[in-house]
Parts: sequence; structure tokens; C-alpha cells
Amino acid sequence: MTRFACIAMFTMALLVPCLGARGEMRFPPPEFESGYQFPQTTHPPTARSALYEYVDAALLVVTLLLASHLILRRRSRRAIFVLMIAALFYFGFWRDGCICPIGAIQNVTLTAFDSTYAIPLAAAAFFVIPLVFTLFCGRVFCGAACPLGAIQDAVLIHPVRVPRWLESGLRLLAYTYLGAGVLFAAMGSTFLICRYDPFIGFFRMSGNWNILILGVSLLLIGLFVGRPYCRFLCPYGVILRHLSRLSKRRVTITPTECIKCRLCEDACPFGAIREPTEDWPEGEYKIAKKRLALFLMLLPVLIAAGGWGGYSLKERLARMHPRVRTAERVFLEETGQVTGTTNASDAFRTTGQTSEFLYKDATKIRSRFAVGGGLLGAFIGFVAGGKLVALSVRRRRTEYEADPAGCFACGRCYTYCPKEHERLKENRGTLLARGKQ
Amino acid sequence: MPSNKEDMTRRKFLREGLWGTCLAGAGTAAGLSVARNNQDNTVWQIDPYKCIACGNCATYCVLEHSAVKCIQAYAICGYCDLCTGYLVPEPKALDTGAENELCPTGAIKRTYVEDPYYEYTIDEPLCNGCGKCVKGCVAFGNGSLFLQVRHDRCLNCNECAIAAACPSQAYKRVPAGQPYLLKGVGAKE
Repeated sequence: MTRFACIAMFTMALLVPCLGARGEMRFPPPEFESGYQFPQTTHPPTARSALYEYVDAALLVVTLLLASHLILRRRSRRAIFVLMIAALFYFGFWRDGCICPIGAIQNVTLTAFDSTYAIPLAAAAFFVIPLVFTLFCGRVFCGAACPLGAIQDAVLIHPVRVPRWLESGLRLLAYTYLGAGVLFAAMGSTFLICRYDPFIGFFRMSGNWNILILGVSLLLIGLFVGRPYCRFLCPYGVILRHLSRLSKRRVTITPTECIKCRLCEDACPFGAIREPTEDWPEGEYKIAKKRLALFLMLLPVLIAAGGWGGYSLKERLARMHPRVRTAERVFLEETGQVTGTTNASDAFRTTGQTSEFLYKDATKIRSRFAVGGGLLGAFIGFVAGGKLVALSVRRRRTEYEADPAGCFACGRCYTYCPKEHERLKENRGTLLARGKQ
Repeated sequence: MPSNKEDMTRRKFLREGLWGTCLAGAGTAAGLSVARNNQDNTVWQIDPYKCIACGNCATYCVLEHSAVKCIQAYAICGYCDLCTGYLVPEPKALDTGAENELCPTGAIKRTYVEDPYYEYTIDEPLCNGCGKCVKGCVAFGNGSLFLQVRHDRCLNCNECAIAAACPSQAYKRVPAGQPYLLKGVGAKE
């Protein structure tokens, strides 16, 4: 009989399905006669302790200190390589590649724009520490600590030269990626840079197929084009490039003075070695001056065009926000333009909010994206214009130098320099002499 | 480009100034984030009252076997014989036969307590977080079955792949000190 009572209650529940919206009991807990005690809900395991993250931050500092020493003092490619592989295994494979400074850009951005978001200390540390090291020692983070850089550096077997203009043009992608990552993080819609991290799938040994394919293709390209992600996509690299120009110490190809033997000319697989320049030929100087003036005038035009372009993309950009997507879907359903519902529109209806409220929300987000998209476009226009201006400015160089912005501090060029061999010989001599004493 | 001594010092001055500004900027970023930090790290968790049990948790997690699993809140369970979280709609019989079970991995164990009550227990290693039972339980039962991110499994990614795919925005960052949003806690015991 009681079974039928249960079934009867079940049919009743079918008739009044709206009752149980917030945990109201359709079936009151039974009063057991057999003395049965219901078990406590198993207490699920606690979250991993935050200690790990402090250990990570400390290890990052240690790695960077060691890297700075190996790159600037010891000048040994082999030692740098060993450290790089160790960092790849720890920060990459052991810690699953998360958190990393590249993704931490977004955490910092979200902190600035969302007052309710509390940034994890590890994310803040991972963002700031490499910046500080770059200001003092150049891009040592890229050279020996970054797991994404390391995995690409390790597969580079036959570097081909990328023409300077192509490299500079492709780098616009990285600026765009940085701008977009910051925009979407600021709007609280998504962490774009994390979502499209190409190598995290390898570090975790699982993940989305599309991203794994992206990672594999980047590594395949990386067999011939050194560090494609670092050079053409990495948003954190963009920041480090510019800080590295200001750094107090940096990689120098020669330990003493350049004798312009040109032996290091092809040493850099990343095209970061700049040859000495001569003064402008008289005729060309005038042309360059005119060109510079033209590009400087073009700069505001490019910024305005970029801003307008970004502004006109506002609808599409806003669609990256889940709230806007839901609003669009609900609008289509309510106006009868589509039949059926999606999970998102169903979920919205269970919240009991009115669709007008949702539309108002979406409009607010869209207008924010109009401003953000405009700024993003203007930023891209500014970078493109800046690149054109930079083309017409000639820095005077008297020796072969590692371009501080493009140099990943990998240490490959050191042994190409005959002066370096002299230094090593001397070192060995002093060591031997010390040994004899 | 003509270069004289004055020009070089100006350039150097600008460089140094910019360098200092950048360092101060990095310091400010660090200081602000420390000030904002509430000394407690955050982890991802599902708000069970927002969850619609769409099934994305089982497929979108970066782990091969999702970090999300089902939890049974016994305190609010009805111990029904005809459990809509356990049995498929219109089951052939109210027993543990595989053809009657809703769970694709057979992770719910049904044990007899007393007439007409049955206890339902989640065999967690088998649960894949698909939420089929949750959907059934919430739709017609007390809603004692609900999904939670298990923090022994969760990698705590910076951007949770399931959160990005969640249609009801049920994922949120919660303090690591209280990493679960449990149903039925504080209910009549």
C-alpha cells in the first residue's frame, strides 16, 4: 500500500512542479521506525592548501635569480638550457601550467575593474615578479623560466630566418591578443588568454581537441620558426619587450668589445641580432625625414580608423559575454523568431527575472563594449602607426648587438663570439692557476 | 641622427624616468592586489540552486574524468521507492535492474531501509558528473542530489573550462576556506 502512497505523491508532485524551486520538500523526510539513522553527507575533501602557491612564487624568484646569474654572469647556454628544461617540468608538467604570468595579466585586469574580485596572491606575484626582473636583467623570464617558451625552444631544430618586415607585421597579432585579453577580462566576460593557451593541453596531458591541435601545429611550426608563440602571439611578451628596452643589464653578445667579425650574424634563431648601422646616405636622409613626417601625420588617422573599427565591432565583441548571448537568445524566443529553448534560456527562466531586466543588462554591457571596443581598436591603430614611425627612425649602432626587445636571453649567441672564447680560455687559465696554488 | 652630449643626457634622463615609472607601476600593481586580497584564495564551485544539470560538467572539464561529482544530501532526501533521480521515467520495475537505472555509469546504489523507504548512495569513483540524476531529482523530487566540484580533483584553473560553458552561470569563485556550497546543511536532522 505504502508504495502506492509514494506513487500517488509522485503524481501529485508532477501536478505541482513549481513548488520545489528552492529546496522546498515535496516529500518530507520519512520518520523511520527501524531506528535507521541517515548518514551525514560525506564531507567532501577540502581545497588544496594555498601553501603550494607560495612555494611556486618562491620557486619563481629562485629560478629567475638563477637565470639572471646564468645568463648575465656565467654566460653558459648549456646551463641555461638545463634550467629551462627544469622550469618546463616544474611550472609546466608538474604544476599543470597554471598559474602563469601570461594568464595573470587578466587576473590583474579584473582586479582593476571588478571590486568584488579578490586576486589570488600567487597570480599577483606571478604577474609582478617577472616584470621586476625584466627591468633589472632583461627577458630572463622568457629565456629560462617560462614553460611555454621552454617547450618551443626545446623543439627548435632548424631555424629559418623570418624577414624583419614580416616579423614586425605578425607581432601586431600579439598586441591585438593582449588588447583583446585585457578587454574581455575587464568586462568580466571570459579569460581569453587562458582559454586559448596552446600548450596547456600538453602540460595537463588532456584537454580540448581544438586547442591540442593548435598546440601541435605551433610546435610543428616551431621546428623551423623559433618560438612562434613567443614572437607573434604572447601578450605578456609584448609587455616584457618594452620593459626590456629599459632594463639596467641585458644580454650582450660579446663579453668585452665587438670586433665586428660578423661571426654572430646568423647566431640568433629569433632574428634579434642587430648589425651596426652607418650614417644615412645624404639623399636618403631627406626622404626618410619626409616619410617620418608622413607617418607621424598618419598616426592619428590610424588611431581614429582603429577606434571606429573597434566601435563598429561592438555587437560581436559583446556576444563574448554570456549575459548578452542569453539576452539575444531570449529575445529571439520571445519574439517567436526561433522555436524551442536552449539550456541558457531555460536557466534564465528558472531565475524568475523579467526579460526586460535581462535586456537592460545586455544593453548596459553592449554600451561598455562599445567604449572598450573603440579603445581596443584605437590601441591597435596606435601600435600599427607606431611600427610605421619606427621604420623611419634609425638608431645608430657601432657594433653587433642583441636587440633588447626581441632577445629571449636564450644564450645561443655567446659561443659565436671569438671574444667569448678568449674569456673562457682566460677563466680556465685562472682556474688552473688557482688549482696549482 | 646628430648626437651631442646634451642630447644623450636628455635621453638618459627620459630612460631613467621611464624605468622608475615602470618599477613604481609594477609596485603599485603588487600593492593594490595585496590590499584587495582577502588573505583567502578562491576556488571554483557550483551554486546548486543555479545549476540546471545540463550535463556540461561531464564533458567540458579539462580533466579526462571530470572534477565534478554528485553529492547526496541525506537530510533532505525523501527516500522514495520511485526515485526520479535513480529510475528512468517509466521504469519496467522499481528495482536495481540496469534497464531501470538512470545513471549511465551505475554510480547510485539503492539499498532497502524499511518499507517503503530506500537509501540512495553515490559511489563517487563511478560518478562522472553528468547530472542526469540531479535533473530527475530536482524536477520531481526534493532536490537532495546536487553537483559539486570536488577539490581533490579540481586543478583550480585560472579560467574554468566548465564555467565558461555553463549556461546558467552557476560557477563562481568561493573562498578556499569554505569550498563547498552544500544543500541540506542546517535542514532538519
